Amino acid sequence: MIPAKFDYVRPSTVDEAVAALVAGGDDAKILGGGQSLMPVLRLRMGEPSVIVDTTRIDEMKGITDAGDAIVIGAGVTHDEVAKSPLVREHLALLAAATEHVADRQIRHRGTMGGAMAHADPAGDQPPVALAMGASFTIAGPGGRRTVPASEFFVDYFTTAVGPDEVLVSVSFPKHTGWSAHYEKLNRTAQAWAIVAAAATVRMDGGAIAEARIGLTNMGPGPIRATAVEQALVGASTMAAIAAAAEQAAEGTSPTEDIHADAEFRKHLARTLTKRAVAKAAGIS
Amino acid sequence: MTEILESAGVIGRPLRRKEDAKLLHGRTNWTDNIQVPGALHMALVRSPMAHARIKKVDLSGALAMPGVVAAYDAASLGDLNANVLCVWPVTDDTVMPPFPALTGDKVRHVGDVVAIVLATDAKSAEDAIAAVDVDYEPLDAVVDMIDAMSPGSALVHDAAANNTCYVYNLGGGYADAAAKADVVIKRRFVNQRIVAGFMEPRAVVAAPMGMSDEMTLWSATQIPHVLRVVLSLSTGIPEQNLRIVAPDVGGGFGGKLQMYREEILALQLARHLGRPVKWNETRSEDMVASHHGRDQIQDIELAATKDGRILGMNVTLLANMGAYLQIITPGTPLLGMFMYCGIYKMDAYQFQCTGVFTNTTPTDAIRGAGRPEATFAIERMMDELAAELGMDPMELRTRNWIQHHEFPFTTAAGLTYDTGNYEAATARALELFGMDELRAEQKRRRESGDPVQLGIGISTFTEMCGLAPSRTLGALKYAAGGWEHCTIRLLPSGKVELVTGTSPHGQGHETAWSQIASDILGIPVEDIDVIHSDTGRAPYGMDTYGSRSLAVGGQAIKKAADRVIENARPIAAHQLECAAEDLDFANGAFSVKGDPEKSVTLGALAWAAFSAHNLPDGIEPMISGAATVDPEDFSYPHGTHLAAIEVDTETGKVRVRSYVAVDDVGNQINPMIVEGQVHGGVAMGIGQALYEGVEYDADGNLLTASLADYLIPSAADLPSFTTDRTVTPSTTHSLGTKGVGEAGAIASTPAIINGIVDALRPMGVTDVLMPASPQNVWRAIQAAKGAGA
Ligand SMILES: Cc1cc2nc3c(=O)[nH]c(=O)nc-3n(C[C@H](O)[C@H](O)[C@H](O)COP(=O)(O)OP(=O)(O)OC[C@H]3O[C@@H](n4cnc5c(N)ncnc54)[C@H](O)[C@@H]3O)c2cc1C
Repeated sequence: MIPAKFDYVRPSTVDEAVAALVAGGDDAKILGGGQSLMPVLRLRMGEPSVIVDTTRIDEMKGITDAGDAIVIGAGVTHDEVAKSPLVREHLALLAAATEHVADRQIRHRGTMGGAMAHADPAGDQPPVALAMGASFTIAGPGGRRTVPASEFFVDYFTTAVGPDEVLVSVSFPKHTGWSAHYEKLNRTAQAWAIVAAAATVRMDGGAIAEARIGLTNMGPGPIRATAVEQALVGASTMAAIAAAAEQAAEGTSPTEDIHADAEFRKHLARTLTKRAVAKAAGIS
Repeated sequence: MTEILESAGVIGRPLRRKEDAKLLHGRTNWTDNIQVPGALHMALVRSPMAHARIKKVDLSGALAMPGVVAAYDAASLGDLNANVLCVWPVTDDTVMPPFPALTGDKVRHVGDVVAIVLATDAKSAEDAIAAVDVDYEPLDAVVDMIDAMSPGSALVHDAAANNTCYVYNLGGGYADAAAKADVVIKRRFVNQRIVAGFMEPRAVVAAPMGMSDEMTLWSATQIPHVLRVVLSLSTGIPEQNLRIVAPDVGGGFGGKLQMYREEILALQLARHLGRPVKWNETRSEDMVASHHGRDQIQDIELAATKDGRILGMNVTLLANMGAYLQIITPGTPLLGMFMYCGIYKMDAYQFQCTGVFTNTTPTDAIRGAGRPEATFAIERMMDELAAELGMDPMELRTRNWIQHHEFPFTTAAGLTYDTGNYEAATARALELFGMDELRAEQKRRRESGDPVQLGIGISTFTEMCGLAPSRTLGALKYAAGGWEHCTIRLLPSGKVELVTGTSPHGQGHETAWSQIASDILGIPVEDIDVIHSDTGRAPYGMDTYGSRSLAVGGQAIKKAADRVIENARPIAAHQLECAAEDLDFANGAFSVKGDPEKSVTLGALAWAAFSAHNLPDGIEPMISGAATVDPEDFSYPHGTHLAAIEVDTETGKVRVRSYVAVDDVGNQINPMIVEGQVHGGVAMGIGQALYEGVEYDADGNLLTASLADYLIPSAADLPSFTTDRTVTPSTTHSLGTKGVGEAGAIASTPAIINGIVDALRPMGVTDVLMPASPQNVWRAIQAAKGAGA
C-alpha cells in the first residue's frame, strides 16, 4: 500500500526536531528506524502531515558510560545495543532481550527510542527498562526533563512523550556482575512475544541476593513483578524459585487475542518467570 | 511395464535450473514490472462488513479527486459487469449463485468489491477509494458452518436454503461393515482454513493492442489457457481476440489457479476506455480477496476387527464454500473423496460431503486440494485405531496396506492404483529415522516426567496426481479436460523450440522439460528453449496445478519428441541413401545400421529441411512434432514420512526435532527439483499443522489480515529435512513418472499432529486442534487433565 501524502523534514539537532514538531502541530510524527511507523503509514492507520526524520541527529546516537549508568541515545539501533560491550558488561538483561527483537534486518534499523516511544505491550525492551529502573530524557519546547520508567509507560502505545517532544536518550543504572536471562514464548522465530519474562539477578554465595523481573505483553504496558522479586531474595533452589514465580501473574490483566487468552497468558507468566530466573541464577 | 529410467543422457541428473540465474540477478518480468504507456491504475473499494445490504454508493467524492479518470459501482458499470465463473457444478442441483465482478445488492464477505476507481497513477487511485461513500445496512453474518445450516440462520444467498450448496454421496455399505466390527472409532477433525501465501501478490495488466481487436491480459496466474476460455465466456470478448500472458509468476500453490474479478474488471475497462488498466494487490488485499483453502469439519468413523483389520470407513464432511463459488470451489473437497482409504485395504467405504455457504472469502484449491484433508483424516485415524487396539501404529499400517505384489489394486473408493511399494519406502524411512533410539528416549522422558515430551509422528501416504483422463473428469461433471499439449520445432540452426501448455510459476519446467527433450533428441539442454504461459506463443494447454505438469505434460513432450525423430527419419534416409528402417537414432544422429560411419545429425537435417533444396518427394520442408496426450489414468505417488516432535508440556510449544521424508514419485527427471518440491511441500504442511490458520470473529471480521497475525514458518522454525526416494515407476505414464508438487504438503500435516498426540497420549490427549499453537496444545493438555480428574 502507498502512504498518504506527507511533508518530510530531516533536522540535524534535537532543538530543530522539536521546532519541526511544534510547527507541524498535532499531526507531526517522528521517524526513527521506521519499523513500526512505516507499516502504520502503509496501512493508512495513521496519516501524519509531517514526518520529522531524527536519524541524522548526532546527539541521539552513541552509547556512553556515565559512571553509575549507561546512557543509550534514542537513535541507537537494536543491533548496536545487543552488540555493545558496555551493554553486555553492565546491562546483561538489555542485551539478552534485545537479541530477541524481531529479526536481523529489523534489528539493524529499529531503534531504542522508537521501541520505547512506540510502547507496544509486546515490545521486548520496555519491561527491561522498567525492571532495571531506567530513566528517560525527553526534550520539548520548554526544555528537557527526565522521567522514570515507572512514569514513562502510560497505556497501550502511550508514553509520557508529548506530541511536540522528542525522546533523546535512555539511562540504565549499571547492573555490573548481575546475570540475566530473557525467556520469550513466540510462535515463529521472528514473531512478537505472546508473553516473555525478563530476569536479572545478583547472586551471593549460591543464593539470589537481589532480583529484577519484568513481564512482556501481560497488560497495556510493561509490568514489573515486584512481589516475585521480593520472594526470590535468598532463593537457592528450583523449588524456591518456582514458589516465588507463582506470584508472577498476580494483579495482571493481560490482553486476549488469537494467540492467547488471559488465562493462558497468566499461566505463561508464571512458567516463563520460573525459567528465566532459574537460567539467570544458574539453578536447575 | 515402464522401466526405471537409467538414462545415459540427461534425464535423472540434478542439473542446476536454467531459470535461476535470471531470477537471482533480478532480470525478471513480474506482472507489476510491465509498464504500458498511458496505463490507468485500478483500485477497489472493498467491503469492511461481512454481510450487508448496499443502500447507496456515492462516487462523486472520488470523481472529484485529482488524477481520477473514472469510477464505477455495479449500477454504473452496467453491461460491462460480468461474472466470475464456476466450472464445476458437482451435482445436478448444485446451487450456483451469480458472482458478479462488482456486487450491487449485498456484500457477502469482508473484501467483497462494491466499486472501483481508475486514476492516472496508483497513489491517486488509492487516495480516491477512501472518498467513495458507501451506505451499508448491516445484516447478520453467517460465519460458522454448523450455525449456517441451523434453521433460522441468515442466508448468504436466498437461493441456497439452509446455506447448502450441494450434498454429494459416494460409496456405501458402511453400516454392514460396522455391524461386523469388534471396534468402531469415531473422531471429529477440523481441517482449518488457510491461505496460499504465494510470495508475489496478484497483479493484472490489461491492454488494447493498437488498432486491432486484440486485448492482451498479463496476469500473475497459473492458468493462462483456461483463463482465456472462461474470460471469453464471461465477458463475451471473442476468444480469438484475447491473448493471456502469465509472465514470471512468483508462486501459486493453487491460489492463482483461478479466475478473479480483478481480471474481469481490468479487461472490461481497458476495452471500454481504450486504455491499458493496471492493478497490483497489497498483501492485506490478498488476505481477503485471494481464495482461501481447506476449511472442513470431518466426522470420520473407522470399523475394524480386534486384530486390526479395517472393515469399513465412513466419512461425513462439511466443506466451507465461503460466500461465492469460484472456479472449482464445490469440487475441491471432492478431489479428496477417493483418497480417504489412503494406502489401505478395506471392504466398505462411504462418503458424504455437504457444501456450505458462509459470509467468508470463497475457498478453492490450495496445494493438494482435498487430498491433504483426506490424508490427514485417514492417517490420524490409523494412529487413533492403533491406540484403541494397543497396537504399534506402524504395525497396524503394515497389516492393512496394499502389498507391493498386489498391484494394480482397486481400492474401496474405486480407484485403481497402478503401482507402489509401501514396504520399501517405509523400510528406508525407518532406517534413516532411528526409530528404536527415539522410542527409547521417549520412554525415558515419560518415566522421568520431563516437561518436554517426545512424540513420533507417522504418515504413510499416497495421493493422486495428474487429474486425468478427461473422460473421468467429465463423469465428475468438471467442465474441462485433463490433456496436455507439446509442440517441438527444430530451428534451421539446429536449436529447438519446445512449446508446452503447462504454465510454470517457480517449478523449474524450463529445465526439466529441456532435459526430457534433450534426452530423446540428443540435443544439448542449453540449445532447447521452452516456450510457455502465453496463449499467443503457446496456444494449446491446460496449465499447471494438481501435480499434473510432468505427469501429463511430460508425456506430451515425450510423444512430440518421438514424432520429431520419426518426421526427420525420411529426410535422413534420403541423404544417407538407405531405407528408413535401416536407420538407427542415437545421440542426436541417424546412422546406417551396420555402417555407423554413415550418419547425419538432427541439426544438419534441420538445415536440410529449412533450405528444402533436396528433400524426398512428398516430404514437407519442416521438422517438428506435436502431441496432445490424455493420460490413461491418474498417477499415485506415495511415501513414508516420520517426524520426531518435542512438546513442551508447560508452554505448549512444539518443536519439530527431525523429519524424514522418503517419497516414491516414480522416475525422476531432475532429482534436485524433486528435492526442492519435497522441502517446500513439507514446510507448507508443517505450516498448516503448527502455524497457519485464517480466523474470523463472530461478525465475520478477518482476524488474521496480515502476515503479522497469519504466521508462516521460515527456515528458522524448521529442522533440516532428511529426504530420500524409492523408485517404483508408474505403469500408466510413458516416462514412469508420477508427480511431486503436492506430496510433501499432503504428507507432513498428519505426521506432525500424530507426533504431538503421540507425545501427549499418556496424559490422556487424543487430539489437538490445528494449528497446534502453544495455546491449542496447552488447552488439549488441560482438557485431558480435567477429564482424567
Ligand atoms: C516484522 C516485525 C517484527 C517485530 N518484532 C518485534 C519483536 O519481536 N519485539 C520487539 O520489541 N519489537 C519488534 N518489532 C518492532 C521493532 O522493534 C521496532 O524497531 C520498534 O518497535 C520501533 O523502533 P523504530 O526505531 O523502528 O521506530 P519507528 O517505527 O520509527 O517509530 C515508532 C514510533 O515511535 C515514535 N518515535 C520514534 N523515535 C522517537 C523518538 N526519538 N522520540 C519520540 N518518538 C519517537 C514514532 O513517531 C512512532 O510513533 C518488530 C517490527 C517488525 C516490522
